Amino acid sequence: MIAHGRRVLTPEMVAEIEALAPRYPDRRAVVLPALHIVNRELRHVPLDAVVDIAEVLGFPPAEVQDTLSFYQFFHQKKPHGKVRAFVCRSIACALRGGDELLDTLCHANGIEPYGTTGDGELTIEPAECLGACDFAPCILANDDLLKNMTPEAAEAELKKPRARAT
Amino acid sequence: MTPFKPVLLEAVGVPGGHTLASYRSRGGYAPLEALLRDKQPGDVVEMVKASGLRGRGGAGFSTGLKWTFLPKDHPGPIYLCVNADESEPGTFNNRFLMEDDPHQMLEGTIISSFATRATTAYIYLRYEYPRSWNRLQAAIDECYAAGLLGKNILGSGFSLDIYLHRGAAAYICGEETGLIESLEGKRAWPRIKPPFPAIEGVFRKPTVVNNVETMACVAQIARRGVDWFKSIGVPADPNNPRDPGSYGPKLYCLSGHVEKPGCYEAPLGITLRELVDHFGGGVWKGRRAKAAIPGGISMGLFTEAEFDTPLDFAGPGRVGCLGLGTAAVVVLDETVSIVDFLHNSCRFFAHESCGQCTPCREGTSWSLRMLERIRAGKGRLKDLDLLLELGNTMGMMPGSTICGLADGAAWPIKNAVNKFRGEFEDYIKRTNPEGWMVTEPVPALQIVGAH
Repeated sequence: MIAHGRRVLTPEMVAEIEALAPRYPDRRAVVLPALHIVNRELRHVPLDAVVDIAEVLGFPPAEVQDTLSFYQFFHQKKPHGKVRAFVCRSIACALRGGDELLDTLCHANGIEPYGTTGDGELTIEPAECLGACDFAPCILANDDLLKNMTPEAAEAELKKPRARAT
Repeated sequence: MTPFKPVLLEAVGVPGGHTLASYRSRGGYAPLEALLRDKQPGDVVEMVKASGLRGRGGAGFSTGLKWTFLPKDHPGPIYLCVNADESEPGTFNNRFLMEDDPHQMLEGTIISSFATRATTAYIYLRYEYPRSWNRLQAAIDECYAAGLLGKNILGSGFSLDIYLHRGAAAYICGEETGLIESLEGKRAWPRIKPPFPAIEGVFRKPTVVNNVETMACVAQIARRGVDWFKSIGVPADPNNPRDPGSYGPKLYCLSGHVEKPGCYEAPLGITLRELVDHFGGGVWKGRRAKAAIPGGISMGLFTEAEFDTPLDFAGPGRVGCLGLGTAAVVVLDETVSIVDFLHNSCRFFAHESCGQCTPCREGTSWSLRMLERIRAGKGRLKDLDLLLELGNTMGMMPGSTICGLADGAAWPIKNAVNKFRGEFEDYIKRTNPEGWMVTEPVPALQIVGAH
């Protein structure tokens, strides 16, 4: 137990979560925004963070975990890479090589889909439609949309460091 | 086709078009000011009803009529949820509206909130649109600073807060009650209706859920009038009393095997062929088209011979598709295997089924397992009948599921197998010469993870 009484959440995270609460008539609605805040900072939402969020919002941890487990989006066991790349495999991208792009990138980085490179820099995940079919095949890497990707271009792009603001 | 000047996409390509100053210079927010000064909420509901505006999110239900389902004289609060969880494969029109002209949809949201007496509006935005998030948040901040949001907007006595709420990459959150559950912080399991959201929605209060493009249309109806809106599109079919017509401009998303993919604005009723040839620059690489998705993958499939079907709310249904959907057209050229297409579709729905209703959870994942097996050269002709049986029994229409996701999963299956049965049969016979005629049960190749 650390000084401010939370297992994982920093006072800044708790303040950010609390600041959202007045937007909703029910604190339960802050669960998803809180998961996003933690995920942005820690790149995953460990069980200790679930307990913290539950304490801050006033629910049993099981109910927070229930919500979290619905969304495949939040990793729990270990952080995703500093760059999290979603490679679109839905129909518009698949017609222009999305599946091959995903395979090539995973192979080049020596990981399976949803895996993270050994140095913790890069996670590659398949994504359903990213809503950028006009730029197929595309990748969402942190906040950046990578458009009309070839495997070569994507490999170079995914080596670059990327900020994550949202 | 007759020339049409974009209205909803007016700001696309305009430098700084996403800013308040630019939107104002194009006449924005003047309609809101006039309306707050001179009109009652009921007048605005009547205006939108009279315009014939039908929801742009996929179902095509009359927007004005939806608003009238709210209880009269409710003590409040009433909520408006803007559905920006656009996740239907092939669809990106909301992204254009939010990134390039966020104030247009915000003005529509403020007007719609005034009409429905909502005092809080939530914009449920999908995770995959960080740029939309930034643009919308900046636009909302500009509105608060300019007195267009907050307490007592422009001295009218009407108050409204708009908040952005971020999803977490789940397709089902685009279903309106799935969206509501997700917004409440729960698993996004769609609710059994009734009660409909208008009676009991988010936080158990009356709620309206409208699409981003619908909000943009409301802003343009307020600015240009009902007559302008009704002058565009396809009038109601006099021989069909249940057809309310397809009025107004529509954003069509065009992608796949065309030369110029993009989001294009046209009057409702443009044919798929006109869209591909006029806007898309034709099928890419000089090839021929084989088929196309008419409005997002869940609407099914047009064969090339059906490309002259108009893309209005009634058109796709006439050739056996589910409907206009999101008007997202994805073209498949002649080199595409229809087996691969259906595999992609089944993979999507097996991944996105929320798992609540058994027919959908099992139906989508078993259809994927069958397609995996067919593609691995172990298909049987009987699988086509099994696929059709799944397609005919899962969904709201056969009455076996709570929401329409399974209908959307079923339609590509039914359309692909019925319209391209010969190709499936050839593929199965060619890749499984020993076993294509087997009818006894066979095991799946591997366990496929649902959701």
